[in-house]
Amino acid sequence: MSFISYLVNGVSLGGIYALIALGYTMVYGIAKMLNFAHGDVIMVGGFTVFMTMSLGGVSPAVAVLAAIIVCTLLGVTIEKVAYKPLRNATPLAVLITAIGVSYLLQNLALLIFGSNSRTFKSVVPVKAWKVNDTLTISGEAITTIVVSLVIMLALTLFINKTKIGSAMLAVSEDRGAAQLMGINVNRTISITFAIGSALAAVASVLLCSSYPQINAYTGAMPGIKAFTAAVFGGIGSIPGAMVGGILMGIIENLSRAYISSQIADAIVFSVLIIILLIKPTGIMGKKYNEKV
Amino acid sequence: MKALETKNLGITFGGLKAVDGFTISIEQGQLYGLIGPNGAGKTTVFNMLTGVYKPGSGAFFLEGQPLLGKSPVEISKCGIARTFQNIRLFDKQSVLDNVKLGLHNRFPYSAISGVLRLPSYFKNEKLMDETAIELLKVFDLDGEAYTIAANLPYGKQRKLEIARALATQPKLLLLDEPAAGMNPNETAELMENIRFIRDRFKISILLIEHDMSLVSGICEEITVLNFGKILTSGKTADVLSDPEVIKAYIGE
Repeated sequence: MSFISYLVNGVSLGGIYALIALGYTMVYGIAKMLNFAHGDVIMVGGFTVFMTMSLGGVSPAVAVLAAIIVCTLLGVTIEKVAYKPLRNATPLAVLITAIGVSYLLQNLALLIFGSNSRTFKSVVPVKAWKVNDTLTISGEAITTIVVSLVIMLALTLFINKTKIGSAMLAVSEDRGAAQLMGINVNRTISITFAIGSALAAVASVLLCSSYPQINAYTGAMPGIKAFTAAVFGGIGSIPGAMVGGILMGIIENLSRAYISSQIADAIVFSVLIIILLIKPTGIMGKKYNEKV
Repeated sequence: MKALETKNLGITFGGLKAVDGFTISIEQGQLYGLIGPNGAGKTTVFNMLTGVYKPGSGAFFLEGQPLLGKSPVEISKCGIARTFQNIRLFDKQSVLDNVKLGLHNRFPYSAISGVLRLPSYFKNEKLMDETAIELLKVFDLDGEAYTIAANLPYGKQRKLEIARALATQPKLLLLDEPAAGMNPNETAELMENIRFIRDRFKISILLIEHDMSLVSGICEEITVLNFGKILTSGKTADVLSDPEVIKAYIGE
């Protein structure tokens, strides 16, 4: 029975990774850049919930809504201020800027909140589900799995069934041709950042509820792991990020349970290396044959 | 009012005058040809007219409206659409979606109503589907609406590109070598199509072409570009028999 419990917790952790990975993969696909500040948006989302609930005394639902709004605005602002001026710069310059924004957010959080971890009060109202005497699934795990599945479904519908989603795909394929068809590339990229950051806000709430602590570096490790999940699934591919994220969560949790909790992260990253050696474009990545 | 007027358009790339003193005027409903040897600057003219390149000098007007300095998106909204020399469809999307992307600005609904699936989303998507299918029927492509664009044969991809450009409801259509890679039968069919499009959609067309049978067959007036400068402009038959033009094309 303990295996099922580990598996469920793995899927739940994987759902969080998948939500974050979607932000990485969408931005990469459409703006062709790696937004390494994405992980720290999660931290900002967590602190927003923490502050509004402990200082503002608002209800969890309002706090979550506030986190989504703050993260969305933050994501769009970062894009406007830091990345948009570099639209035609070399990819390396954009990458370094993203790392700079990441450190800026971390150090701002250190300055404001100090380096001590705060205890985060779970915002999930769902009660644990006692399946039988040996197996209990926490309310956080249930909520995370349900919420992440619903969001992934909604995102897939949005991308494939609306003209804005279709415009996003067009910009990712051929930016020049898209703007000549009257598609506003800057606006499309802004919407991408807004959606990615809103997903990060949801992920932050789920993450901090499952692992109830928050500090300035809360977003860093999940951010890196979600980036790994995006590469694992095939960067630029939306279903790839979902599958990659969930697999990452399962692998991490199972190796933590059955091998060693100390080297669980090492195992996760080794699996990534092996996958990339066998299939360099990731699980769902398309193989391109160059025409000669 | 002229459909398109350009006055002394010019652009320099690092000391090289790619186009210089480009002045033409296209009447409403005219089929106008732009010809010249490789590297003469024809596609550069298209890139200036669509806002991809910012002209270094001169001005241009679409039905009297000045367009200089506008972005490609604004110019597309004002009514200039184009196709590409090397086809640039959205390969991974369906034929229908390609045309719907051209309709992007004509059926506005917000991202919010797309997420929440409000009535305006369904209404606009339905209208877009109908308009796109209507347009595909003109090109006999409605049977392949759900095919992925990359899987269409070459000739149909060219047609789809024209359909996608027409979806933006242009006043002026720019065709960049529409007959490239076509055999004589396909070229003849294309000529019919171009005339038909002009009459059906009541637009003016400026086209770049190397195929002289197409140029002399459908263009009413042409301009010859050589080394970025206009060699001559005028009625097609007169220009093509001009010794200077023959010299520029095939040497002495």
